[in-house]
Amino acid sequence: MNAVIKSHVISLLEKNIRYDKRKFDQFRPIEIEYGISSKSAEGSARVKIGETEVVAGIKMELGTPYPDQPDKGTIVANVELLPLSSPEFETGPPGIESIELARSVVDRGIRESNAIDFKKLCIKKGEKMWITYIDGYSINDAGNLADAIGLAALAALKDAKFPKYDEKTEKIDYEEKTKKKLELKELPIPITVIKIRDKFIIDPLLEEEECAEARLTVTTIENGDIVALQKGGEAPLTEEEIEKMVDLSLEKGKEIRKLLK
Amino acid sequence: MGELHVKERDIVVPGEVLATGMDFLPAGGAYRDKELIIASQVGLIAVSGRLVKVVALNWKYLPKKGDTVIGQVVEITQNNWFVDIGYMNDAAISLKEGTIEYIPRGADLSQYYNYGDYVVASVCNMSRLLDLTMKGPGLRKLTGGRIIKINPAKVPRIIGKEGSMITMIKQATDCKIIAGQNGYVWMSGLDPEKERVAVEAIRLIERKAHIQGLTEEVKSFMEKELGVKNDIQ
Amino acid sequence: MTYNKRSDGRKFDELRPIKAEVGVIPRAEGSARFQIGKTVAVAAVYGPRPLFPKFLKNNERGVLRCYYNMLSFSGSGERVRPGPSRRSKEIGLVTEKALAPALDLTAFPGSTIDVFIELVQTDAGTRCAGITAAAMALADAGFPMKDLVSAIAVGRIDDKIVIDVDKSEEDYEGGMADISIAMMPRTGQVTMLQMDGYLKRDELREVLKTAQKACAEIYKNQKEAFEARYTK
Repeated sequence: MNAVIKSHVISLLEKNIRYDKRKFDQFRPIEIEYGISSKSAEGSARVKIGETEVVAGIKMELGTPYPDQPDKGTIVANVELLPLSSPEFETGPPGIESIELARSVVDRGIRESNAIDFKKLCIKKGEKMWITYIDGYSINDAGNLADAIGLAALAALKDAKFPKYDEKTEKIDYEEKTKKKLELKELPIPITVIKIRDKFIIDPLLEEEECAEARLTVTTIENGDIVALQKGGEAPLTEEEIEKMVDLSLEKGKEIRKLLK
Repeated sequence: MGELHVKERDIVVPGEVLATGMDFLPAGGAYRDKELIIASQVGLIAVSGRLVKVVALNWKYLPKKGDTVIGQVVEITQNNWFVDIGYMNDAAISLKEGTIEYIPRGADLSQYYNYGDYVVASVCNMSRLLDLTMKGPGLRKLTGGRIIKINPAKVPRIIGKEGSMITMIKQATDCKIIAGQNGYVWMSGLDPEKERVAVEAIRLIERKAHIQGLTEEVKSFMEKELGVKNDIQ
Repeated sequence: MTYNKRSDGRKFDELRPIKAEVGVIPRAEGSARFQIGKTVAVAAVYGPRPLFPKFLKNNERGVLRCYYNMLSFSGSGERVRPGPSRRSKEIGLVTEKALAPALDLTAFPGSTIDVFIELVQTDAGTRCAGITAAAMALADAGFPMKDLVSAIAVGRIDDKIVIDVDKSEEDYEGGMADISIAMMPRTGQVTMLQMDGYLKRDELREVLKTAQKACAEIYKNQKEAFEARYTK
């Protein structure tokens, strides 16, 4: 069946029509819900882009700072493409797709943009730091999980508050949350653009992803700087095409960022 | 004597007691447990005489002999074509059932039905393999067009009473449409915009199969989308 | 010792607030979300699909496989390490056994029906919430079922029998029993019965009666979820 749907998507595109009638640079309706697991998670959020649904949560744990960065804490990003969300995903440890999402879509943007001041995650120099775990999960895959997970991770971080840390016992009391927010200095928004024939498409549907010859996920911050780039797909991209895709990402990134403010 | 506990168009869920008494008979997604008639599927109640039927709102397609199905050729061997009809296993069309003409041994089967071709076929046997035949009125290869997959439970609604719903859509959108029992619907239209309207009309029926006044709603949807008040019957 | 008051002020025979929805994961054949108190379980059904490895295939009927998992941020303390644990495997198995009696899979020989349960937030009664969500998801998928299975944790806290054990009761330091029960509500047939703690012989009778009342109430919520889905 896939070959048929693919050719249909492409023949519509050649007439400048998208499979679901949207404009080429149009996102499906986006919903962001904060604090979906407020009892158990330090921060959490659900994001829906059209029918694609993902959730993300923040858990903070204690760790020992890296020897070369004694006054800093860190983040650890993890993404799971749950078999719950699609017949294509299998049970088992995260596959290459999940790992790519965790590293390039979630981790890189946040790290490179200094969205979180890692110094604020230090508890005691050289001895104790906060490890901020960011866990993203797919709940329903209707295309463009990458942007959805990127957005959910930011929303969950926005929602996050430090748990209570008892200096005497050196233990975390998860039952009691403080009012101290994690604080995001930047909102690095990842936007994925896919290329089918000579068309560039934002927020691809599943059917469009199947036809993608190449894809570029660009993470940008408010001032327009680029903090992460990840190309996927088998076809090469020309310099001109990359410029075009980056411009599109930047523009959409600005739009999406407003939703998080 | 017996007592009916539900009425027409009630939504019921598995385990719900629909009727008490040996007079009543279960149909569709319902079963009998001693003197009780109980729902076994989520659905709408349809009562006719002593028959208490649960019309399931969602069901897995289970091939039955005589079903008309639409599928796509996914494999060709020396003696069989294999067709994807959305069931767990692919269905097989043997040399004998391929056409009314005689197909000699060693013939190139792809000349008749090739990889990717759509066919409308009939379930002829439920042996170890799922068997289809192409011999029968209206059974043939379908050229062009595309297939959309819908919930098999909604096919009767899409066809409508004596084909009224599907005919309405075909005429309004100038599309050829054939709906298979297996939930695969083949459509082919000359105008992509009209074809899109036909697809959306079918998806609308799929979503709202359980409401009343669906025919009117589909009619006004198509009128709105097509811009012109076609003489939609 | 006597148990007088529940920490959240509930009556002894009162369930926590319930929120049930079906059809929440369009990609799946059937799906549901079931929330009781702060415990949130999401379930999705895929299948029938071919079963591999072949030696696990049953040629008489389809096989039901249930997977239970907690999201990393769903636990009430530290982060939950991703991946299956002995506990999640045990719960998966118990869930299969709780649901199988309600299903007739002879129409799908050689296949598997996979049910995935994810806990988004946990606050006691997790396996019960998972089973309740899974039953709704199977019904949503259209699989014929004898009844909608529902499950609840009943507790004996000192001298009182309580419905829908919460976290503080699970951790109660006095004499207690925490019993997880799954039932086919119409007939009261029990499909899962597990206990932590200890119980006097005649307390068991009261536990089972109480469970039946609770499951009947949960069944109403499950039905409402389907009504809500189809009255639009």
